[in-house]
Amino acid sequence: MKLAELEKKLLAAARNLPEDDRVPYGFEHRVMARLRERVAPEGWALWARWLWQAAVPCLALTVLLSALAVLSVDSTGVNNTSSLDEQFQNVVFAAIDYDSW
Amino acid sequence: MERQSEPASEITDAELIARVRNGDEASFEPLVRKYQARVFATARRYARREDEVADIVQEVFIKAYQKLNSFRGDAPFEHWLMRLAVRTCYDHLRRHQRSQESTFTELTTEENDWIERTLAAPESTRDDEEAAKTLVRKLLDMLSPPARLVITLLEIEGRSVKEIAALTGWSVSLVKVRAFRARAEMRRHLERLARDKYL
Repeated sequence: MKLAELEKKLLAAARNLPEDDRVPYGFEHRVMARLRERVAPEGWALWARWLWQAAVPCLALTVLLSALAVLSVDSTGVNNTSSLDEQFQNVVFAAIDYDSW
Repeated sequence: MERQSEPASEITDAELIARVRNGDEASFEPLVRKYQARVFATARRYARREDEVADIVQEVFIKAYQKLNSFRGDAPFEHWLMRLAVRTCYDHLRRHQRSQESTFTELTTEENDWIERTLAAPESTRDDEEAAKTLVRKLLDMLSPPARLVITLLEIEGRSVKEIAALTGWSVSLVKVRAFRARAEMRRHLERLARDKYL
């Protein structure tokens, strides 16, 4: 079939294309300059990386505290989370609690 | 006697890599100088504009620098780098994917003439004619990224399925499936071209 012949000829033409391995003058300096820029990370990038790294421990702490809160239900079935709530509230509002001044 | 400074050509790749890993960033430059021509030749198979080619090559070396710790050294550095180059070229193709609706609309008189002569009498045309070379570039540009990658590696560079699997990170069976689809895709484009010519 002529179409197959056309395909064969085009692929042969592609194989005949000479390998073009020219390199622009001083290209290695361009790469090294870009590397130096990347190696010294920007302040914000560093800060963002730290935040991401802190995310997992924070999540783990949240899960741990939640578990503790759930487990704080004592064996008699009386839930003492209200006291935990109160304690938490006291801590949060301690700074603006005028009575304690 | 200890040598104070060695010419870069005398230092092996393994030594240069070890130095870079130890924080000597400048030791990466001889590696770039040594392999940049090969990476440029690879990148030019997948991108036409020189600024795109240079960006691809730069990306390959930056990735190589960043991932140097993952180079285990059980194969030559060049093989590892070329794998990185092929994958970066594939990412580039996917990022700049052209519309699948593209057709052979902008053919020159010479290209039209070459196609007509080949379809009429295949033995009358040669595959080293300039029109054939420009035509095949246009045909490759029309292929989807996986099809273009497979056709380039398998049909043009003459690599084996196993080599392509190693270069691309695809399984051997996936390479075979993609090669089959790539040939079908190429044939579809050529059929459309022939239909446009004679209808």
